[in-house]
Amino acid sequence: MIKSLKFLFVGIIFGIVLVKSEAVSWYRIYEMFKFESFHMYGIIGSAVTTGVLLLLLSKQLKLKNIEDSLMRVPKKDNGLIRYIIGGTIFGLGWALSGACPGPMYILIGTGAFSVIIVILAALLGTFVYGILKNKLPH
Amino acid sequence: MQSILEPWPWYICGPLIAIIMFVLIYFGKTFGMSSNLRTLCAIGGAGKKVKFFDFDWKAQRWNLTIVLGAIIGGYIAHFYLSTPTNINLNPETVKTLSSLGFENAGQSLLPTELYSWDAMLSIKGLAILIIGGFLVGFGTRYAGGCTSGHAITGLSSLQLPSLIAVIGFFLGGLIMIHLLFPLIFG
Repeated sequence: MIKSLKFLFVGIIFGIVLVKSEAVSWYRIYEMFKFESFHMYGIIGSAVTTGVLLLLLSKQLKLKNIEDSLMRVPKKDNGLIRYIIGGTIFGLGWALSGACPGPMYILIGTGAFSVIIVILAALLGTFVYGILKNKLPH
Repeated sequence: MQSILEPWPWYICGPLIAIIMFVLIYFGKTFGMSSNLRTLCAIGGAGKKVKFFDFDWKAQRWNLTIVLGAIIGGYIAHFYLSTPTNINLNPETVKTLSSLGFENAGQSLLPTELYSWDAMLSIKGLAILIIGGFLVGFGTRYAGGCTSGHAITGLSSLQLPSLIAVIGFFLGGLIMIHLLFPLIFG
């Protein structure tokens, strides 16, 4: 119970930051793909810059996680086709619905219950991928 | 207090998102929101039919706890920490959206033209939400991650697959906004 409280807390902070950054707004995603505002690029750019620094620093200092092993980021499998095609399909849906998998949940909290339709459809999309997985090029 | 109630600048939010990622790695986990979609499929019993969903989803409960927290966080931020809640968009964006049939752009988080109950009860409105959601769910699993897993975590750890996936995200987004939007909403 105490163990899961820390994840609940991280989730709450995540939800607050994404609402306050306006990254949960459909309009901000549209504006980003129109290149008409720096806002979203600033968020992603400064997040990645900070992330690179934090991870490099933790590597240098050999920081350990709470399980007392070295901090570790899971490695993505090598590949090209799955990333470019899967990524493009994701981008099409992201721009149309204006919501990626984090904001989808957060938007429920803002009272936008119609986003539940988007979540159900995303579950269906994930399920269909699971069925087709072995037939798709990766 | 006023600066908390107003929208937060990108240079505050970006680093905070990176810290969230870092805290999860410190907890021995990883920052990946789309994995929850796979977990929810497994909880729904998809593992009985499809091998991809036949895994120990109980080990993923921590991530679902984050989802629960994110919903609560969204509620707190929207109803207690935001006045006003409108989005300060580029006037050019507002003008283009108006020509596509989106009125009052930026007056709310989501356009009523897509997300209101009225829109949902129209075939076109419902189809847009379903197709959009489906593509996100299918694409993110095919690509092995979403904005949190690839754009934030993957790029922060300098992984080439994530860079390719993020290029894909933008390719798809640009095709949708610049080529397909005028056809869908024009």
